Amino acid sequence: MATQQTLGERSMAAGLRALNRLASSSFVDRLGLREPAEWFLHGAAKTTVRTAANAGRTFQATRKLTAAARQPRAAAGSLFDLTPTDEQQMLRDAVRSFALERVRPAAEQADAGAAVPLELLSQANELGLSMVGVPEELGGALAERSAVTSVLMTEALAQGDMGFAVACMAPAGVSTALGLWGDAEQQATYLHEFLSHEVPAAAVCVLEPEPLFDPARLTTAARRIPGGFVLDGVKALVPRAADAELFIVAAALEDRGPALFIVESTTPGIAVEPEPAMGIRAAATGRVSFEQLKLPARALLGEASREIYTECIALGRLGWCALAVGTGQAVLDYVIPYVNERRAFGEPISHRQAVAFTVSNIAIECNGMRLATYRAASRADQGKSFLRETALARRLCSEHGMAIGSDGVQLLGGHGYVKEHPVERWYRDLRAAGLMEGALVP
Amino acid sequence: MINLETPKKFELLVSQAHQVAVEVFRANSRKYDRAEHTYPKELDMLAAVLDGMRESGSLDGAGVATVGGGDGASAAAASDGSANRNGTNMASLLGLIELCWGDVGLLLTMPRQGLGQAAIAAVADDEQLRRFGGKWAAMAITEPEVGSDSASIRTTAKLDGDEYVLNGEKIFVTSGERAELVVVWATLDPSMGRPAIKSFVVERDNPGLKLDRLEHKLGIRASDTANFVLDNCRVPKENLLGSPEIEAKRGFSGVMQTFDNTRPMVAGMAIGVARACLQRTREVLEDAGLAIDYGAPPHAQSAAVSEFISMESDWEAARLLTLQAVWMADNRKPNSLQASMAKAKAGRTATDIALRCVALCGSVGYGEGELLEKWARDVKILDIFEGTQQIQLLIVARQLLQKTSAELK
Repeated sequence: MATQQTLGERSMAAGLRALNRLASSSFVDRLGLREPAEWFLHGAAKTTVRTAANAGRTFQATRKLTAAARQPRAAAGSLFDLTPTDEQQMLRDAVRSFALERVRPAAEQADAGAAVPLELLSQANELGLSMVGVPEELGGALAERSAVTSVLMTEALAQGDMGFAVACMAPAGVSTALGLWGDAEQQATYLHEFLSHEVPAAAVCVLEPEPLFDPARLTTAARRIPGGFVLDGVKALVPRAADAELFIVAAALEDRGPALFIVESTTPGIAVEPEPAMGIRAAATGRVSFEQLKLPARALLGEASREIYTECIALGRLGWCALAVGTGQAVLDYVIPYVNERRAFGEPISHRQAVAFTVSNIAIECNGMRLATYRAASRADQGKSFLRETALARRLCSEHGMAIGSDGVQLLGGHGYVKEHPVERWYRDLRAAGLMEGALVP
Repeated sequence: MINLETPKKFELLVSQAHQVAVEVFRANSRKYDRAEHTYPKELDMLAAVLDGMRESGSLDGAGVATVGGGDGASAAAASDGSANRNGTNMASLLGLIELCWGDVGLLLTMPRQGLGQAAIAAVADDEQLRRFGGKWAAMAITEPEVGSDSASIRTTAKLDGDEYVLNGEKIFVTSGERAELVVVWATLDPSMGRPAIKSFVVERDNPGLKLDRLEHKLGIRASDTANFVLDNCRVPKENLLGSPEIEAKRGFSGVMQTFDNTRPMVAGMAIGVARACLQRTREVLEDAGLAIDYGAPPHAQSAAVSEFISMESDWEAARLLTLQAVWMADNRKPNSLQASMAKAKAGRTATDIALRCVALCGSVGYGEGELLEKWARDVKILDIFEGTQQIQLLIVARQLLQKTSAELK
């Protein structure tokens, strides 16, 4: 079990919080680090590898909270603006360097083995990804709640590998959910673990193995019993299901409709089986079954509020949009040099309009997906309704994301179809964006 | 700080433009669709009102002001001290979207508008701005044998004393009959290619500028589309916009810069028309008992609602891409890539939406009892003029792939 650590010991994760307190430039200057990549690598050298012995920790409150802590919302700008804050740029650049330099080279093997590279995951945790949604007074990273920041980081990470990004951001989804909707006891019990070196594998579980799945019509059911609930049902494609220590599970509560429950993986009545899929294989997806699972009354998150459940589903979809945008960008960045170098009929194939226009369309649609996703996230941060904007972003990311994956393979022809190039993996990954629910809550 | 909401400071302007769109444009939509080549006299009164509003400052150069001529002069910087600006380009765009929600044909024939004024604003010197600013200027680029390939135009300009003598034929001149000025693209030396192409301001009543005929069109019938013959048309040499020198290195930059400002405006027109289609279709669907539910997955909705949300999502992407392009212009960031992306996405998306909305509404959509069929005819031009879909994709591709026009043809 992780203990409360000093600022110094927490190395890069602490850097994230410090970044918020200091002007970014002075922080960087003090450490003598100008390049985000260097900034990250400085911390990566000191990381520890997560061991199997960490699994199955006991979640205990380390302090008493009298009231739940909430991150305040970031102040809204009054003008249209596409420039991220200095802090967001810094974080995004650091995550992107990590994604391109570390994650991308490991992606093929992670995909083939359907397993997340644990050392990389540990390094990624040092970037403080799971701290973003934890309120500052509980030791979290950022003073203000920002879905935009999470979207930027998720997008950047997905440029390395979507499956890895899912594995990496799933615990952040749980900590964000607890930060947003947890009561004082729930926050005190769980959140400090997400600040430790040993971030627990955790995921928000919504999707079920049903055709035409609709999160408003869950088959997973929760029944009230004296002192708590009994849960029955099956959840599909849960990231890192086998390693997970904590789940937030969507279930239909008999008298209230869809609700969220905190479930520790050591609770009797849980069965996990591997469920590898077409893509996002590095996330080591699994199917999680609950049979006569007894939960205490305190397991109910957000008092079964309909608004909270709706917000959770919308945020989850936004997370998948961010993944699609990052992966779409990866496709674009990959095909441009390829079509310029690949020759046919005595010249680069990029000199043919059929090829060149496909590249244009990838860029146009990916940019549209990105702007729609940012708009929804920014509305969430401003406390405005973002249901419609999320639905529009999701539809764009689902339809155009899939087309971008297909075009990426097509541009490489036969070479795109074989594992020599990553485009076939992106083709498989991008199909996930429009059908997954939950898992990521930016 | 990332924020993609349209700023509050433009709300009044948008609301005024909307009132114009409802009271004047929509009210006359069908009338001038049927009466092609009839001058919409209702616009004279409107133009006078708008001139007054512009002079009093209450319109802040929006939409109804010079299309795309914004230079950010009235842009207000963010109050938080950052240099972020939302200025005249964004104001113009937001106004245009509203007006084209009303009627794009009438917008195109608004007195003292016209793309020629954008060309003047982009390259004119101070003296020329004084002489030509505020006048109704049409733009004459296309020729019978030259469309998108504007480097190959054949209309010639020869210096003779203090005058240039223009000879050639120009077609598809929007507002060519009604404008006060026509900005004519011509070459000083056909053997010199792009750098020799210059734009010349020709007074509409110049006897050498002969109106050949007016086109009968698929849509935007309220707007006149003129064909001219330039027959020894003499203009003072001071009417050449920009530098009279043939500078090989500068190439097309002078005249083509105009498009970085005007393409997002045409995208805005497409967004306005498509919004009209979506709004009316939504009403028709809701009257038929189909509610739009943004929370349910596509497969958990009726096919019609699912299709509606799909159309709306592409509309939103087009709108945001266009806002990005004008935001960059307001902040003086080079935006020719984003301008072409916006035009490409908005042009094809709006056409697609308009045609699908007609289909969704069935005979109601196809009949003249609704404006849906008219919008579906009007909208197609927006994927053609100011650079076709294919030209936009070419511009985007050349930039992304770092190709010259000789390499990627």
